Order: sequence, then structure tokens, then C-alpha cells
Amino acid sequence: MKNAKAGPLLYGFLVAVLAASIFPLYYSFIVASKDNSVLGEKVPPLIPGGNLVENITRVFDTVDFWLAMQNSFIVASTVAISNVVLGTLAGFAFARLRFKGRDSLFLVVLGTAMVPTQLGVIPLYMLMSDLDWYGTLQAVIVPVLIGSFAVFWMRQACEETVPYELIEAARVDGCSVLRTFWHVGFPAVRPQAAVLGMFTFMTAWNDFFWPLIVLDPNDSPTVQVALSTLASGYYTDYSLMLAGASIAVLPVIAIFVLLSRQIVGGIMQGAVKG
Amino acid sequence: MTVTRPGTEAAPAASVSPSPEPKRFRLSNWDARYTPYLIIAPFFLVFGIFGLYPLIYTAWVSLHDWQLIDGNLGFVGLDNYVELFGDAKFWNALFNTLSLFVLSTVPQLLAALGLAALLDRGLRGSAFWRAGVLLPNVISVAAVALVFAQFFGRDFGIVNFLLGLIGIDPIDWRAETWASHLAVSTMVMWRWTGYNALLYLAAMQSVPKDMYESATLDGAGRWRMFWSITVPSIRPTILFTVVTSTIGGLQLFAEPALFDPGFAANNSTGGSDRQFQTLVLYMYEKGFRLFDAGYAATVAWMLFVVVLLVAVVNFTLTRRIAGKE
Repeated sequence: MKNAKAGPLLYGFLVAVLAASIFPLYYSFIVASKDNSVLGEKVPPLIPGGNLVENITRVFDTVDFWLAMQNSFIVASTVAISNVVLGTLAGFAFARLRFKGRDSLFLVVLGTAMVPTQLGVIPLYMLMSDLDWYGTLQAVIVPVLIGSFAVFWMRQACEETVPYELIEAARVDGCSVLRTFWHVGFPAVRPQAAVLGMFTFMTAWNDFFWPLIVLDPNDSPTVQVALSTLASGYYTDYSLMLAGASIAVLPVIAIFVLLSRQIVGGIMQGAVKG
Repeated sequence: MTVTRPGTEAAPAASVSPSPEPKRFRLSNWDARYTPYLIIAPFFLVFGIFGLYPLIYTAWVSLHDWQLIDGNLGFVGLDNYVELFGDAKFWNALFNTLSLFVLSTVPQLLAALGLAALLDRGLRGSAFWRAGVLLPNVISVAAVALVFAQFFGRDFGIVNFLLGLIGIDPIDWRAETWASHLAVSTMVMWRWTGYNALLYLAAMQSVPKDMYESATLDGAGRWRMFWSITVPSIRPTILFTVVTSTIGGLQLFAEPALFDPGFAANNSTGGSDRQFQTLVLYMYEKGFRLFDAGYAATVAWMLFVVVLLVAVVNFTLTRRIAGKE
């Protein structure tokens, strides 16, 4: 390595950074396990209490958290599957098929990532009302069925792993484009497709702004929308709120623990080549 | 990639020579020529219908008296804009947006740069440290906002407790403009510093090592090398993060929304006195609380202009600063 070897001071500092990364999650679990009265004490608690189950029960009593989890799960898995399928197809086309305007179209795809589409929510909402989609899950699913990130990511994966020779062989054998994709392209990028799926799942699971607008918080909430409902009592009930938050982050943390290496690798690869 | 005559487009993508193809490929000419467009079409359709069209249509809506429930009540020209420019709440939201943007982005990117430099120093267990700094980024913004709302509580928040230890009186984080901006920026920083650090780290690792070696021979110190070799070498990545953080930072919504206990109760957005109401929050309030779609679209379109302006200014500035040799 180009610089001097890392010393204990550096490791000490990084441990502090790590602690700062984890502390809010840990603290949210602590608060979730406490009686609210304990939180009124002078010194903030740092050790879990015994009220976790009770607080979680209260979460499910206050809002229909099962429904919210179920909705979030439906939304996030649909969005993940669709991004994987459509993203892999488009990525394969951009990486390994030849067609007029390919490179400029891909630049357009990259450019769309910079467009602040959030600012179009007013007409988007009107569109959803016209379609009679207010309060339905498709209103949050359809607009993100395929995103520029999926196309970019799968194009890169195809560039790296799908050999031209195999495509050529398949085409000489008379395979159609789609069959070539299915037999040669897709098998080669399956691992990257899986990471993309998990990544998209997390993003869709965490989405807040648009679901808050287009879903009915009482009728069709996602987990994130339900979380904001938990915050709307007469007084701020932190044990309740953070018990909800603790449940809401569990699926994402599980995915992250399993796939952190791939997720980190993906972000860093994208940075260099994008 | 070889360029072929249109008639030979159907050749297998991998063909290295533009030699005439066997006859049976002609049969699949249509397939090879048009299927690529078919399979990239979904992206452009979805983006066009649910991304680009609503954004552009926003400009059209802003020229009307348009109510979310009653619908279009007629063309009013630039009336909404005239009203907006005289609207103190708009200027307040614009100020908050810019203030939160600067407070959250500048320290964040500098911290990310420093963190990346540290992560670039041949650490043992590098995968572990990288995952650790990225963790905040995968946590949902709603959950983050709720935890930080507790951290910055006036009476029992952990931040005031810590400040108390060094003799600082409790701060009412939600009541005061600067305090609330600091608190909201902290959330943004917590979520995004590690992510940007990883982008910088990736770029730093592709800087040729011999550049450092010759600088070391010339007797340059680490600090000097960082600013005169590392930073200019990763300029494209810095530009990229500056532009993306600008676009994101000017559109803050969830953090300031959920920092206000009155938000979910439908009482207020962005503080009792709009101390931390951003433009997106103001747009939300106008559009989805007061159902004035025309006016909300006007706010949105002005914010779009602000985003464009700031992105261009930042891009130019950063290119100049990071580029000086």
C-alpha cells in the first residue's frame, strides 16, 4: 500500500466511526425495550429493558403492522423481480447486442438518474387518481418497475461475464435473441442479478415519500408509512415509535448482513466505471 | 466494435469481421434488428410516463388555478409565480432548503473524503470496515428520522444529555432555526457520509501508485500528496458526488418531515413555525394538505430551477477547485 501501515490510532478512530454507525440502531432497540417512564430519567438508558414484547404488541395494536409488512413485502418483491428481469434484459442488450443508437441511448439512461423526478409528484398523483390507483399497491409498484440503476448495473455485469463467443455460437445455431439471452446471457449474470434483486428490494422497502402520498395510511400502508403513523399520537411515544422502527429495519439488516460484501463491491465498482 | 452496413446488422453481436453472413440469418433479421429495442423499451416507457411526463407537466399545471380535488379551474398565466415571489413562506422554505443543503453536504463530503483516505491505508479486514461505514445508508429514512428525533429531544434526548456533561444548557432542537438545521443535517450526514466515502475510496484505489512513489522521492508529505495528487486524480468522482448530493440535498423531505412531531398528526410541516420547512415540504403542504395543486406545482418548478442552477454552479466550482494542479 502506498501509505504507511495503519496504526492503532487509526483502528481506534475507525472503531469510533463504526460505533457511530451502529449506535442509532442499538439505541432504537434499547428504547424499544423500555417502559416510557424510564426514558424520562436523567441519564439515558444504555442497557435493554424488559418491555420489548409489550412495546411490539402495542405497535401491532396501534396500527395494522401485519398488513403494512405484508404490503411492503409485496411491493418490494414485485419491484425487485421486475427490476431484475427487465434490467437484465436491457443490460444484456446494451452490453452485448448491436443496434443503432445503442451508446447514445445508454447515455440517456445514465442521464435519467440525474432527473429530479420527485418534483413531478403533483401530476403523478393526478395520473394515479385518473387511473383509480390511489391507495392501491400498483400505484407504488408501477413507477419503479424498472430503474436506471438496474439497467446500468446489469449492463456492467454482462460486459464482464457474458462471452461474445457463446453468443455467437448460439446465434449461429439459430437461437433467437431472447433464447440467446435466456441460455447464454442470464446464466452468466445470475449472481449479479441476485445482488441487484436484494438491493432493489431494500430500496423499495425503504421508500417513503411517494407511498406516503399515494397510499391510504389507514387502509393500505407500507411499513414506512405505518412508522409515520406511529409518530402521530397525542404525545410522542418513543418506545412505541422505535419498537416499530426496530421491526421495520430488520429485513433490510438481514439482507445487509448476508450480502454486505457484494453490496459494497457493487457500489465501489459502479463508482469507478460509471 | 465493427461498424457494418445496415443490411448486416443481423450478424451475431460478436462478429469481428463484417463478412457476408449465411442465408439463414436473414430470416432472423427482424429479430436481431428490433428485439434489442423491444427489450430496452420498458425502461424508457416507465421513465417517460412516470418520471419525465409528470415533471414536465408540472410546468403546465403551475400556469393554472388547479385544485387537487376540484380539478383544473382555468388558465391563470403567471399568477401563481407572482404570488409565489411575494410569499414569505416560499422564501423561508428556500432559505431553509439552501441552509440545510450547505450544512449537510459540505461537511459530509469533506468527512467522506477524509474517511476514504483512512480506509485506503491498507487496513486489515477492509471488507468489515467498509460494510460498517455503509450500514447507515441502507436504513430507511423514516426509521432514521424517528431515532434522531429521540436523540434531539429537548428534555430527554441523548444529545442534550451529552451537552449537559460539558456544561451546556439544554437546547430546544426543534424550536430554533439553527439548532433544527443542525439536527436535520446530522441525520443526512449520518446516512450518506459512508456511502460517499466508498465512492471516493474506489476512485482512490485506481490512482496509479507510481505517482505517489515519485512524490515521496521528491520529499512530499502525506498531507501534500493528498491534496496535490489524490484529490485531483479523483476529480470525476468528486464532481459526481457533488452533483448527486446537490440534487438529493435540495430535495430533503423525510428527515425534516418526521423531525416535526406535528407532521404525522397533520398539524404542521417542518416545525411549528416552519423553522425547518424545506421546499419539498412546502410543496407537499400546498399540494396534499391544502390541495392547491397549481401552487404546489409552482413551488416544484421553482425548486427544479434552483436544483439546476445550484448543480451547474457546483459543477463549475468543483471542477475549478479540484482541478487546480
